[in-house]
Amino acid sequence: MSLEDPRTLRKLWTASLVVLALLVLADFWVLRDPHHHAHFGVDGTFGFYSWYGFGVCAVMVLVSKFVVGLILKRKDTFYDD
Amino acid sequence: MTDAVGLPPPGIILVLGGLVLPLLRGLGPAVALLLPLLTLGAIWGIPDDLTVTMPFMGQYDLTVLAFNPPTKVFATIFAVMAFAGALFAHPITGLDSERGRRWRVELPAAFVYAGSAICVTFAGDILSLFIFWELMAIGSTTVIWSAGTRAAGRAGYRYALVHFVGGVLLMAGILAKVFALQASGVSDPLALHHFFFGAAGFEGLSFGTGDAAAWLILLGILVNAAAPPLGAWLADAYPEASESGTVFLSAFTTKTAVYVLMLLFAGTQLLIYVGLLMAVYGIVYAILENDMRRILAYSIVNQVGFMVCGIGIGTAMALNGAAAHAFAHIVYKALLLMSAGSVLYMTGKRKCTDLGGLYHSMPITMTCGIIGALAISSFPLTSGFVTKSMINQAAADQHIALAWFTLTAASAGVFLHAGIKFPWFVFFQKDSGLRPPDPPWNMRAAMIFFAAVCILLGVPGLYGPLYAILPFPAAAGETLYEPYTVPHVINQLQLLLFSGLAFFALLPVLKRTLTITLDADWFYRRLFPGAWKHLVRPVVLAFREFFDYLFGQLPQMAKDIVYSPPQEARMFKEWGLGGAMVVITGFLFAYLVLGYIAA
Repeated sequence: MSLEDPRTLRKLWTASLVVLALLVLADFWVLRDPHHHAHFGVDGTFGFYSWYGFGVCAVMVLVSKFVVGLILKRKDTFYDD
Repeated sequence: MTDAVGLPPPGIILVLGGLVLPLLRGLGPAVALLLPLLTLGAIWGIPDDLTVTMPFMGQYDLTVLAFNPPTKVFATIFAVMAFAGALFAHPITGLDSERGRRWRVELPAAFVYAGSAICVTFAGDILSLFIFWELMAIGSTTVIWSAGTRAAGRAGYRYALVHFVGGVLLMAGILAKVFALQASGVSDPLALHHFFFGAAGFEGLSFGTGDAAAWLILLGILVNAAAPPLGAWLADAYPEASESGTVFLSAFTTKTAVYVLMLLFAGTQLLIYVGLLMAVYGIVYAILENDMRRILAYSIVNQVGFMVCGIGIGTAMALNGAAAHAFAHIVYKALLLMSAGSVLYMTGKRKCTDLGGLYHSMPITMTCGIIGALAISSFPLTSGFVTKSMINQAAADQHIALAWFTLTAASAGVFLHAGIKFPWFVFFQKDSGLRPPDPPWNMRAAMIFFAAVCILLGVPGLYGPLYAILPFPAAAGETLYEPYTVPHVINQLQLLLFSGLAFFALLPVLKRTLTITLDADWFYRRLFPGAWKHLVRPVVLAFREFFDYLFGQLPQMAKDIVYSPPQEARMFKEWGLGGAMVVITGFLFAYLVLGYIAA
């Protein structure tokens, strides 16, 4: 099994997406757990940690690349003499 | 309270022992592994109520050994770190090889640096704290320089300049406060408790906007904590050290700053925002970075941001979280940098664009790197999960929405920028064709040791000893904090794995390029030299005669009129501030050592 093999990669993607789906569905159970405390309202809603984790990461990547990167990115020989 | 005279703080074992190491020749490398263990034994052997004072300049006492609430947890991990670092840096190829010759400079410097950091955690007054704080700067600069490259030489020079400026700010603040205390008739103006500015500190004094001393001290510490824009030195200098030097550097400077902030500024609200800025800044810069060790350097700033934010929140839960997280962070960050250092040592390459596919031939380095990556991401069953969560919990308990939502976003971002990005681009990504074996046994042993610590600290039931040495331990029969609840584990997995999904979904955008991202060091690397070259110098040259008269002849004439110096006075030259700081620190340290011998 090689990680460069497209068939292996497809299997990994499928397995990962199944795990992600199960994790979202786990909220049916988690939200009823006595240890679950929502402190800000929205953090107690269905699927919050899933969409928040994906959303903030997507925003951070896009802002880094297309806002900060656009202004502050230089060739890595910039400081060379 | 027990009082003993003449007993040095445990860190002195490392400082003096480190300096002796090169003289021991063949025995040096073995003794180097022993010294941190002796230091650790001393830290745990000293009774918690012991204080050691020594007279200073006639009328003052220096308290060189005292246990403050966070002393034990920081001193312990500093000593453990010195051991693992010495194991990783072990001159396996012999003292006369290139690596061995470097070891003879780097390891003594690293031990002076680590030992001074331990001495800072034991300092019971502001002056001994400052002396060892500055000695750390000298030790760490030497660690950077010992890499021996031109880039390391220049980066070390910039590093030293920034730290001496930070030291001057800190000293100015200390002096301002000491003079104010003396003016109000305080008999022990050096005592640490006069410098507790934090509103929720261990013995809180409030700190208003008009208190210049507190501001100067805070700025001086924030330079070392690497808070932007004062922290560009970190990502500039750390990746230029050797593969073992960077491992040492990652541990002490920023975490000693966390310790001192915790002691002096706990509950200072401003630190919440400083910490959040650090957490987000680290992620953004790490996402854009191509040098594998610079990615990890930016992620130090990100992680220290969590701790600084916790100190700003200032509750017992938050401060425990910050201290525990510093402990866990030192281990997994050193582990990540050992993994990166092994790759650098075996391949000579440091850019993600040159690496990839190393999982084929470096299984131990990859596995240990991934364990470090899981721990920094706070995966359940790793150390980060039982430590960082306390800071998030404190933000939730205090209903500080901005802090909680930003820290939660930053937790997801950690997995993105360090947890996946580092292992992915180094060990997987594409096949670079490189097939180096795992590094020599000592480097493998150091990695396996720290990987084991990362996992053991995360196992339910095994993190108890760490919780027991936190600044605010649980009362008898009570639980300090319970990280393993079903919602906490599931919510954390949801957050992290969906962050992972974002990484792979956006992989084309994250593809590495041969670029750097400008940081605040641009001001002193480009703007100031450029302004001097193109603006100030031409003006000075154009008005040369006028300036010669103004700064040369005029003062000379004035001097000749009012004062004719005796001949021997001409021996003395004026010194730069940096040089003077080194000399003063050296003298103060020599004074301390002589003090022990005399006592």
